[in-house]
Amino acid sequence: MRDGPPTRAEVCAAAIADCFAHDGEILANPIGTLPVIGGRLAKATVAPELVMTDGEALLVENIIPIGVDNPEKVVAGWNPYRTMFDVVWSGRRHVMMSGSQLDKFGNQNFAFIGSYDAPRTQLLGMRGAPGNTINDKTSYWIPAHTTRTFVPVVDVVSGVGYDRARELPAHGGRFHDIHRVVTNLCVADFETPDHRMRLRSVHPGVTVDDVVAATGFELAIDGAIPTSRLPTDDELMWIRERIDPNGLGEEEVPNP
Amino acid sequence: MVPDKRVTIDEIAAEVRDGMTVGIGGWGSRRKPMALVRALCRTAAKDLRIVSYGGPDVGLLCRAGKVREIVYAFVSLDSIALEPHFRNARQSGAVTTMELDEGMFLLGLQAAAWRVPFLPTRVGLGSDVMRFNRSLRTVTSPYADAEELVAMPALNLDVALIHMHRGDQGGTGQYLNVDPYFDDLMCMAAARRFMSVERIVETEQFLADGPPQSIRINRLMVDGVVETPHGAHFTECVPDYARDEAFQRAYTASAKSDDAWNDFRARYIDVTEGEYQQAVAP
Repeated sequence: MRDGPPTRAEVCAAAIADCFAHDGEILANPIGTLPVIGGRLAKATVAPELVMTDGEALLVENIIPIGVDNPEKVVAGWNPYRTMFDVVWSGRRHVMMSGSQLDKFGNQNFAFIGSYDAPRTQLLGMRGAPGNTINDKTSYWIPAHTTRTFVPVVDVVSGVGYDRARELPAHGGRFHDIHRVVTNLCVADFETPDHRMRLRSVHPGVTVDDVVAATGFELAIDGAIPTSRLPTDDELMWIRERIDPNGLGEEEVPNP
Repeated sequence: MVPDKRVTIDEIAAEVRDGMTVGIGGWGSRRKPMALVRALCRTAAKDLRIVSYGGPDVGLLCRAGKVREIVYAFVSLDSIALEPHFRNARQSGAVTTMELDEGMFLLGLQAAAWRVPFLPTRVGLGSDVMRFNRSLRTVTSPYADAEELVAMPALNLDVALIHMHRGDQGGTGQYLNVDPYFDDLMCMAAARRFMSVERIVETEQFLADGPPQSIRINRLMVDGVVETPHGAHFTECVPDYARDEAFQRAYTASAKSDDAWNDFRARYIDVTEGEYQQAVAP
């Protein structure tokens, strides 16, 4: 087992776990390495009621390790892609996605950079972001917080932000809920009067100025910003021994 | 007596003519009808409109110059996130696109399968799907809520191509992995439907291999079936075989230059299916 004080990746995992901690009995659907670690950490500790997948088409009740071939699974459901859309559209889900660009109202892009007809850089495509954000609680994970990612205006709106949702007629945005943004530097939320992104906490060793310098728009900053909490000993045990024995989270966010 | 709908891969490829809309089953780099896609690359067909939860099927057809328009929500090789030939085609402006949300795509196929012009959904509202696809319209609920929803149009297909683990000569098909993807909807959305299978078996064999619900494709959905062992290679076709990651890396490298592609094409595309399987055998 790894020992020593909590790493930056482990702080991120705890911050991600906190995103799912009060969701109740919904499908917690983190996508990406540290999101999966943090989501499983929440289920293992404070939120056993969360329903989670094995990363593919099965629902599993036990806490399975990431990056390990053929882990033992306590299977409690079949959730192929078509069933996942049923879950998404019924609203019983909290997804954590990544993004190549994010703006101050939480508009997200992972489709492409440049023009639609001949993009400068073609990325993944819209994937499920439009449907996720208009139907379900959504959080974002940004492993490298830079001004290239946190931009004044996204090139493409894949995931819908608060300004777009607000403009929809006839309460079209009533299920829209961007919860939090967790990055390698900080945690942000949208708990401001007009739902602009707000700095919630900075990770240990990071200053508010570091975050401001890495963000391409003005973050709401009210008062003194707290430091992100450290994972508990119990959480460190879960991360190091049970959820991420190979340290994949440490590869995604190296310790500074 | 089960009808005999067995055909060859070249007979299937010949069904695809210039300008047709072709739906391709599977998801990303998983259980793609690659033997049929390679055969299609060898035909003279052009200006195709490809509808796919996209993987290397989309990339290969783009690079082979077959594609006019792609209808997709993503194109990915899974273990390699970005599909290199698709990216080159997009970034050079060589293809037009209808870029959708994954769920809108499902509803388009479902609408076609049910023969209705559209299905209503909240998905797409507020996003740039609506800005980029100027033909998309919204519809207002006729009930008291008067909610405005996206009217996702039917994705009617001329031809559907899918790959299943087992099939019989009548065109019944069975999947043995955990996710059926949307292969049945692809068939139901299409005028002409063709299925390749790892193995053609006697009908009696299906329930020895899996439960009744694994027989996802019934023969109402299929016009022709062909046995193509290892026919989804290099995409994943578990439990029969895993994705060939080494080959997928070689495929990705073929996007680096015209020379690299010409070499790849000569070795793996402009050959018979038998020669291909010999070339990639471990």
